Amino acid sequence: MAQAKGIRSESGKVRRVIVVGGGLAGLMTVIKLCEAGVPVDLFSLVPVKRSHSVCAQGGINASVNTKGEGDSPRVHLEETVYGGDFLANQPPVKGMADAAPGIVYMLDRMGVPFNRTAEGLLDFRRFGGTLFHRTAFAGATTGQQLLYALDEQVRRFETVDVEDDKGIVVKGEKMVRKFEFWDFVSIVQDDTGRCVGIVAQDLKTMDVTSFPADGVCLATGGPGIVFGRSTNSVINTGTAASAVYQQGACYGNGEFIQVHPTAIPGADKLRLISESARGEGGRVWVPKDPKERRIGRDVPEGDRDYFLEAKYPGYGNLVPRDIASRELFLKCFHEKKGVYNDKTNQNELEVYLDLTHIQKDVLKHKLAGILEIYEKFVGEDPYENPMRVFPAVHYSMGGLWVDFERSADGSLVPGSPRNQSTNIEGLYAAGEVDYQYHGANRLGANSLLSCIYAGMVTGPSMATYRKNMKTSGYDSPKSTFDKAEKRERAKYTDLLKLDGKENPYGLHKELGDAMLLDCTIERHNDKLDKVIAKIDELEDRAKKVNVLDTSEHANRGAQFVRHLNNMLVLARVIAQGARNRDESRGAHFKPAFKERNDKDFLRSTLALYKGGEKGRSEVTYVRELDYTLAGRSVHITDSVDISLVTPRARKYEQAGAASAAATGALSGTESKKSAAATPSA
Amino acid sequence: MSDKKIRLKILRQDSPTKAKRWEEFDVEWHPRMNVISALMEVQRNPVTVDGTKVAPVVWESSCLEEVCGACTMIVNGRVRQSCTALIDQVSPNGEPITLAPMTKFPLVRDLIVDRSRMFHDLQKVKAWITLDGSHELGPGPRQAPENQEEAYPLSRCMTCGCCLEACPQVNDSSNFIGPAAINQVRLFNLHPSGKMHATERLEAVMGEGGVADCGKAQNCVEVCPKEIPLVDSIAQVSRATTKHMLFGWLLK
Repeated sequence: MAQAKGIRSESGKVRRVIVVGGGLAGLMTVIKLCEAGVPVDLFSLVPVKRSHSVCAQGGINASVNTKGEGDSPRVHLEETVYGGDFLANQPPVKGMADAAPGIVYMLDRMGVPFNRTAEGLLDFRRFGGTLFHRTAFAGATTGQQLLYALDEQVRRFETVDVEDDKGIVVKGEKMVRKFEFWDFVSIVQDDTGRCVGIVAQDLKTMDVTSFPADGVCLATGGPGIVFGRSTNSVINTGTAASAVYQQGACYGNGEFIQVHPTAIPGADKLRLISESARGEGGRVWVPKDPKERRIGRDVPEGDRDYFLEAKYPGYGNLVPRDIASRELFLKCFHEKKGVYNDKTNQNELEVYLDLTHIQKDVLKHKLAGILEIYEKFVGEDPYENPMRVFPAVHYSMGGLWVDFERSADGSLVPGSPRNQSTNIEGLYAAGEVDYQYHGANRLGANSLLSCIYAGMVTGPSMATYRKNMKTSGYDSPKSTFDKAEKRERAKYTDLLKLDGKENPYGLHKELGDAMLLDCTIERHNDKLDKVIAKIDELEDRAKKVNVLDTSEHANRGAQFVRHLNNMLVLARVIAQGARNRDESRGAHFKPAFKERNDKDFLRSTLALYKGGEKGRSEVTYVRELDYTLAGRSVHITDSVDISLVTPRARKYEQAGAASAAATGALSGTESKKSAAATPSA
Repeated sequence: MSDKKIRLKILRQDSPTKAKRWEEFDVEWHPRMNVISALMEVQRNPVTVDGTKVAPVVWESSCLEEVCGACTMIVNGRVRQSCTALIDQVSPNGEPITLAPMTKFPLVRDLIVDRSRMFHDLQKVKAWITLDGSHELGPGPRQAPENQEEAYPLSRCMTCGCCLEACPQVNDSSNFIGPAAINQVRLFNLHPSGKMHATERLEAVMGEGGVADCGKAQNCVEVCPKEIPLVDSIAQVSRATTKHMLFGWLLK
């Protein structure tokens, strides 16, 4: 058959690519596709401007080195893989660190109101896991501001006409068509398994419809809601990732879940207090006396235990999140030294995060966004009182496995269709939903960067894939789409008929409680076995739920049951992955196996779905895998590409340890050491 | 366990064509509870105060920390985000809490409305920088910190719709574009590169439904959850359009 060519399929349709998810990664992918002349259908659960990226607060990393500290992308690369405990493939990280300054400049040109220096340059602040000022920021709502900038650019493409290969306008076709309030249900695969479209559901009319595409990118974010309450938006159920995993996509490093050290406990959500609070000099402490009855601000300096600064003089309050969360947990849960509560007569699971020593106008200028959240939800003034915070599930380092093609200089081959490709031909993934950039632990302010960078890579990669396709997805047999649509409609009709005794929201709470308690900061094999048994039980009970809502219009009950089933499948990938990995690495910590074990576990976890007995899900873990892309077979293994920075033990007690290879051992870090130990006001 | 209860009075409607009705629910009080967590309780156990089992109430929400704008509704007669509506503040003495959908947008179901007109309005006023491309072109224009301090508050608009809901000029018999989009005209016309296309944006808010339709009620600035100086924005854009109308032809 002839190669699919040009803007139209053989049947005369404009050949579009589908992007699912309108956060930073999805929108950046859309922009890159449009710039390459590829029209896009953009699907999103919510209006894209309300995507979870808005919740990112602190900033975005780029080694622009405007403070004359000797920062460089090489240092950024090293600190990222060191912070990630060497589990990340290094070429994609190098690509990201090298691209970072250009990305921040692009955002600046797009009009992001980044904070400025006196000279009118971009200002940068400190974040965890580094001693350099590397984080550009727009107040403390950086994610919101970046999302808006990309949203605006995509909105511009909604007004741009599609042109054919001779530059003639195709009437009535715009570069971007948005489908907002649509729920992704599954991909459509042809007889060879290639992804040729999606099935999605309109959340107003509840219609289930299939859409053809010349490639699909999932940019659907993380699965935080699997843990019940987290810092995530309520839409982050991981349902799309779970659905394609059940259709054969490989899931990588699922067990690596980041717990953020500082969040406000709450009944509906655990609200994040950004790491930038510590980047600007915030200090974490508990009273030395566990029965301290004075309120935080009245406890004199000498009676406070600044436990992070004491234990990690090198990086102080800015140790990476995995370490900070473990130390907070140790203080509160094991040593029972959390802030004492007179009313309940117990030590709460809370520590102080203190900004009161910093000038008010500095705080207003740089952190107002998060302090406003604290004030609104806690009802206390954080300018005057130390905030009370505790760790919360925040981010998934793991996600859909994606490929990369390494270039001669150790980075990525530009435009290679392997970059960001899943093991299903034609299906790509970008953003938190992929597993690629953060290894076992993500550094703060690297997530906005990885989302945008992944989008910048995925766009060109998909454009190449589309260009080289033998047959367009639009020319797949109609029966392929009919079959997929019929299957998903039937599943939905079955959901509406569920009239059992179990309450789906109740089951979700039980799942969240089990995962939160035993599958986060500390993991014990006997407890993980219980979590897995609990998932078995919940999967059985989920078959007997009551859908609660049978309405044919804007039904949220049935949609939730679908998400719940998908969450249970992902929960098993996370819990079973944790059970299997008998070592401690980054965010994955087993007290019974305290050391990192590179000999046995310096490898990616590759999970494949298998339908198991009694209708339960099962996971198969593999060491290697073959997949087909553009008629070629690609062989992959679980070994990690460590070609650029040799793994070594992490030592955050020592200033400069995370950048020792790039900066030349630990020399010249003495002055920075003192800067880290005493917060700058 | 506390046996304190919260009463929610919710204005419900199954679809745009069905009749409206009020339903009341009692839920258990928790410390730090907000309207969303109360609604979640109703979702888990959708039984009204008179014991009738009903379909769960539906609403729109996402971030739950007042940065996404999704969960906007009318709480006790005032338009706001329901995530920051703490129960102890909206019902200090255990008064019933009324929840209703916004009225200036087409209803979808219960507390969900369709705000897509606001996103179309952003298209209309060209609320973007016309970028040459996303490839590397070096840093953007230098800007004084004061410029950032003026732009940043304007840029925090979540497109939540509070200002449109509160504005008397936004109604069935008017095409008034509303404060949110006008504020975006000011924002982009402030930016060194955005300025280059200032005229196009000004022209988009001239004429019928434009900035001149503002009735100066100043309700918008009262209800804006992000305290955006909307009245200033309207005044500035209004002055700029007048200037453009009077002298614009001279510059052509």
